[in-house]
Amino acid sequence: MTAPVLPARRDAAPPRAAIRTDRPAADRGPVVRRRLRRAGLYLVLYLLALAVVLPLLWVLTTSFKSDGDAIDNPASLLPNPVTGAAYQTLLASADLPIFRWFLNSLAAGALQTLLILVTASMGAYALARLDFAGKKVVFGVIVMTLFVPPVIFLIPNYLIVQNLGWLDSIWAITVPGAASAFGIFFLRQFFLGLPAEIEEAARIDGAGDVRIFLQLIIPLSRPAIATLAVLSFLSNWNDFLWPVYVLLSPENLTLQPGLSVLRGAYSTHFGIVMAGAVIASVPVLILFTLAQRHVVESVAASGLKG
Amino acid sequence: MSDLVVERSALPQVAPARKPRGGRRTLTAYLFLAPFLLLFVVFVVVPAVYGIWISLHAWNPLLPVKPFIGLTNYLQLFTPGSLTSGDFWQSMGATAIFTVASVPFLVAVPLLLAVLLNQRLAGGSVFRAVFFAPYVLGVAVIGVMWRYLLDPQNGAVNAVLSFFGVQADIPWTVDVPWAWISLVGVTVWWISGFNTVILLAGLKGINAELYDAAAVDGAGAWRKFLSVTLPGLRPVMAFVTTTTILGSANMFGQSFLLTQGGPGTETRTVIMYIANLGLSQNQMGAASAMSYVLFLFLALISIVNFRLQSRRGD
Repeated sequence: MTAPVLPARRDAAPPRAAIRTDRPAADRGPVVRRRLRRAGLYLVLYLLALAVVLPLLWVLTTSFKSDGDAIDNPASLLPNPVTGAAYQTLLASADLPIFRWFLNSLAAGALQTLLILVTASMGAYALARLDFAGKKVVFGVIVMTLFVPPVIFLIPNYLIVQNLGWLDSIWAITVPGAASAFGIFFLRQFFLGLPAEIEEAARIDGAGDVRIFLQLIIPLSRPAIATLAVLSFLSNWNDFLWPVYVLLSPENLTLQPGLSVLRGAYSTHFGIVMAGAVIASVPVLILFTLAQRHVVESVAASGLKG
Repeated sequence: MSDLVVERSALPQVAPARKPRGGRRTLTAYLFLAPFLLLFVVFVVVPAVYGIWISLHAWNPLLPVKPFIGLTNYLQLFTPGSLTSGDFWQSMGATAIFTVASVPFLVAVPLLLAVLLNQRLAGGSVFRAVFFAPYVLGVAVIGVMWRYLLDPQNGAVNAVLSFFGVQADIPWTVDVPWAWISLVGVTVWWISGFNTVILLAGLKGINAELYDAAAVDGAGAWRKFLSVTLPGLRPVMAFVTTTTILGSANMFGQSFLLTQGGPGTETRTVIMYIANLGLSQNQMGAASAMSYVLFLFLALISIVNFRLQSRRGD
């Protein structure tokens, strides 16, 4: 067989020989200028990427510095000596149990994601695929709440959660937040796009709504459901204002309000606070790396609907 | 699928594809909606109304009596010299400063990034992911990391500046205007990737033929940006500006962690003030009234902004 043919790069410059022999020297200008422009473009992009990555590298390296090193050489990216002391102190602390916070965050993220997936997918099925009395009103009210600033719910929901006996518990940081309109709105959009024919075929075969929902709509919507799961988990994991006020005892905190407590407790031990920030960031960065395309594309689509 | 569509349009008497068979199934639909609606009613509809009720009382959860005081909580906000009006309007002012200072950067920087990423690039999606990455970190991580990096004495930013010979003790987190610059800068670092992704999707939606036509007319890069890119991007820009204004007006975590609202209460935003007044100082009635006043303000701004954006389209 012949050697594999590489796909031609459309932005590649013409071969040099062609320039030298076939064209007068004056025409070389645009090619050079185009190359310079591309080099400039990449330079700007790399510099901007550096502006994003460098602060994160500082956080990571500082978490492996000794207290003295962190204070004396804040800009250095090379801990001297490299030490896990900050992590050891953090993990050994009984008053500020960061491992416990980590588990609390995981549990809260998982529970709220599950709640959102179940309630939003069922509700979205009704709104997208069924015809019923009051549909427009129900949908209208749900969409309206997307525009209400969350601060409106802060105090009344605090009292409601208190009356339910949920203050300082995982229920407070998972159940109220699961009532968000975003999930049902997001899945409804996706369900609307599924062709009606497959559903009609299933109905002719005698399938009811429950079977159509579970065996047809849900499997067909796996990418959308996975995306919603990632977005829900991220938003619960990163929630800050609400847990700061509804979680009270140190052992019940999640990582985000925990970081705020850490900062107060270790205000001069930068390594320890940065170690906390690393522990709180690694899971979401891994999740983002794995689901990067889905997350970014669902965000990209949000502006086009508006 | 396409065959089916053709067949349907050829036979107009067939019901449209979207119409579900079996007609209305109201009971089934509400059974499917029940779990969501239960949560929605208890934690969205009820509190929205309950909040108004609270705002009409002198509501302190620690006191046995919560007397009904009508609109007093609202009127006090508009009475100069009352207990709450000074702090409330000061925090509204701080929020306005942050919003006015941050929104232009939160739109312009992502627009620049989106235009750069919209070029034909090797590794474009990698750059896009890198720029987006800070957004997936919570505000608490952003707050504590920048509180350290911007530390006036021991922070990396001042250390780097002094390396380049710049005055090295900039009070990033403890003095104005530096505290505002820090809050805006950190927010831009955190949010830009999010807006970039939305704007980039908008850029990709612009018809490429318009650029070709502009090129034929002899338009340069800048001219194309003004006459093709910006008009084509208008609906997406309206969306981004509106959500960014609302996001900035609801700022809480950055001030809470980076400046603790200081110096004094200069960078204390209205959300910070409402949360503290209602949940730490137990003045729930007054705090609820404030949250509704803020809501009205934001609704007004959204409407005005929307009007302006759509008028520019004429």
